Amino acid sequence: MSADDTLNARRDFLRKSLTLIPVVTLATTGGAGLALAEPERQHSDNKPGESPAADAYQPTFFTPEEWAFLQAAVARLIPADDRGPGALEAGVSEYIDRQMNTPYAQGANWYMQGPFQPDAPSEMGYQLRLNPQQVYRLGIKAADDWSRQQYGKTFAELDAETQDTTLKQFEAGKADFQALPSKTFFAALLQNTKEGFFCDPIHGGNKDMIGWKLVGFPGARADFMDWVERDVSYPFPPVSIRGERA
Amino acid sequence: MAKVMQKTDVVIVGFGWTGAIMAKELTEAGLSVVALERGPMRDTYPDGSYPQVIDELTYSIRRKLFMDNSKETVTIRHTVNDTALPYRQLGAFLPGDGVGGAGLHWSGVHFRVDPVELRLRSHYEERYGKNFIPDGMTIQDFGVTYEELEPYFDFAEKVFGTSGQAWTVKGELVGKGKGGNPFAPDRSDHFPLPPQKNPVSAQLFQKAAWDVGYHPYDLPSANTSGPYTNPYGCQMGPCNFCGYCSGYVCYMYSKSSPNLNILPALRQEPGFELRAGAHVLKVNLTDDKKLATGVTYVDAQGNEIEQPADIVILGAFQFNNVRLMLLSGIGKPYDPKTGEGVVGKNFAYQNMATIKVYFDKNQHFTNPFIGAGGNGVAVDDFNADNFDHGPHGFVGGSPFWVNQAGTRPIAGVSNPSGTPNWGSQWKAAAADYYNHQLSMDSHGAHQSYRGNYLDLDPTYKDAYGMPLLRMTFDWQENDFKMTHFMVGKMKKIAEAMNPKAINVQVKSPGTHFNTVSYQTTHLNGGAIMGTDPKTSAVNRYLQSWDVHNVFVPGASAFPQGLGYNPTGLVAALTYWSARAIREQYLKNPGPLVQA
Repeated sequence: MSADDTLNARRDFLRKSLTLIPVVTLATTGGAGLALAEPERQHSDNKPGESPAADAYQPTFFTPEEWAFLQAAVARLIPADDRGPGALEAGVSEYIDRQMNTPYAQGANWYMQGPFQPDAPSEMGYQLRLNPQQVYRLGIKAADDWSRQQYGKTFAELDAETQDTTLKQFEAGKADFQALPSKTFFAALLQNTKEGFFCDPIHGGNKDMIGWKLVGFPGARADFMDWVERDVSYPFPPVSIRGERA
Repeated sequence: MAKVMQKTDVVIVGFGWTGAIMAKELTEAGLSVVALERGPMRDTYPDGSYPQVIDELTYSIRRKLFMDNSKETVTIRHTVNDTALPYRQLGAFLPGDGVGGAGLHWSGVHFRVDPVELRLRSHYEERYGKNFIPDGMTIQDFGVTYEELEPYFDFAEKVFGTSGQAWTVKGELVGKGKGGNPFAPDRSDHFPLPPQKNPVSAQLFQKAAWDVGYHPYDLPSANTSGPYTNPYGCQMGPCNFCGYCSGYVCYMYSKSSPNLNILPALRQEPGFELRAGAHVLKVNLTDDKKLATGVTYVDAQGNEIEQPADIVILGAFQFNNVRLMLLSGIGKPYDPKTGEGVVGKNFAYQNMATIKVYFDKNQHFTNPFIGAGGNGVAVDDFNADNFDHGPHGFVGGSPFWVNQAGTRPIAGVSNPSGTPNWGSQWKAAAADYYNHQLSMDSHGAHQSYRGNYLDLDPTYKDAYGMPLLRMTFDWQENDFKMTHFMVGKMKKIAEAMNPKAINVQVKSPGTHFNTVSYQTTHLNGGAIMGTDPKTSAVNRYLQSWDVHNVFVPGASAFPQGLGYNPTGLVAALTYWSARAIREQYLKNPGPLVQA
């Protein structure tokens, strides 16, 4: 798949979402328009009870450049494919942006007093002084810098295959980031992506319970007295905390 | 200058199971009791309300009910030659925080103890000879027997509303063919409730265990198999296997907790007061350090407050009890070089291995989203000393079980080994296997060693400026030998299920303790009980040898880790200790055992 194919696929996706959100303009969709920044869009234009399309969301923590990286990366970590929609469609990037405004993203429950020994062996656990906000801010920049150095393009501009190769380099810690180990950045990104794919929709991810439908998880039903002993497929679709039914 | 509160008869540090049991027993004895809990007030409402509690992200992943490491944590190193580093994020173990403690977020596996494990050193020496116990292994006897504790096990089960099947009651065989455990010691009464239903995973384990010649039984579970009212008048509803158990507050009032099974009764006691957000800094002692005068704590607004009391109960989590003793100067700190001193000695844990079994999607639907924390099927053929250790050269045993507590997809999607961690292959495997897998554990006992101990960290401090507790801990040769033996025996059960794939997770010899991957929260020792003040921190009634009005209930009293989950023994020992306070100590305050 070439870079152009990727762009076309994204435009295609964006175009489809226009049918839901008529006020979106395509004025900013040059290359950087992949950031999908649509400042004028009004949330109130959504029909009641209809969740906005995944990329109608306006990030509050991530910059347009960071947002472009995030959208592209989550789309490779859990891709849309013959098994159904992926992380992008499930709103995982929205989920991660929203998480950045929670105490978690500031490391509120972590022990963050020094001295720090960032080179400690992995079995000693997380030993960096960075909180999740900083891991993303520094990590995305380092990832795009690395991508530019290797390919002359940002990560989001790469074709899908090269994106996968690049992510594997990060995962293995083979990409040399100055600010933090690429492995640490990748691990946070993958963990948050899976969270956004499988969490309850109240957190902004798992839109239309895409993740739950994929694996057959019934969500907030939480009452299985009559099904405990039965070696059969559980027949009911998932429900969410807000009472949505898939 | 600390504000001084009105004196109380008893002050209790921590309001988990041990704090709640002590508070109930001692208010019944007519004493005034103040319980201090460092974390917030928590209860079924609002913390366990449906549907808000059905939220994997908030509870399991963001760890709503667990220890807040930003305030207080531990440091960890593998040997005395390493520099300890802080346990910055929760990983290997998950202590609780708030009213109910770990008793609010636990699973509910509610065992007694194998009698042999209470006199482990004596038993091994008698059966295998003194030389069988390796050098540096510091296992000891508890100093109390199963027969002495039996009435307290029985009463605790009635308070918890535990579901299970007896094997014998007063010597009469009652459990054969009904899910009883042929290795279980005799009981004075039945469980208050019959066993819970068995999910498909537990049924498969049961059949496969029989097929390979083992003796499966129903796990004793503090999740209710039916409606129940306990001796305190607290009511429970039947567990519906909602799958949000361990790590959650039970919305069905079915998983026993201090909040559900004891606190409603305590609220009726005029002599009882519970203060949440009260972080105890130390136990105050008289100048000669022979008597406690109360405790000093910091309230939620940061005010330092002194609470005078005649009796101090340390009912915090295992390692916090040890830390408070060290910070307060109660008992002689342990020195691993000389082997002298007692506080911090015999820190032990659990020796776990897990086998995951994956079925073809048309073979079985195990539906792992169905679950109850305490339910399942186990075998004890290799637990405790139920087999001849002679030819195998290691100390310790392990129950095996399928304990389907409920697996949700963020943490619970698990694919056969070799599957990538992301991308289309990961996604396809997640879809194909999520509802067609089961997990079985070897929940191994863990022994104590001369080099595994607790002391105060020289560098790192908590949010109040006090030194953190330091764990010096690593796996020893006996641990690797045991867990590999156990995995070999458990794998036969897995193979008898004819699965599509098996994934064995066991420590390779020589690997170091990993602080990141969850094992269990069953931490033991550091303030161990025993019969000799030279080798134990508290006597057989959990009374400090050095400061007679300080009692220290909890798994901190275990000289080594059990094969079973610790809560049942923790509860029984706490009732046993409370009874000694009521019947002996109050009449004649002083050491209950002469050193």
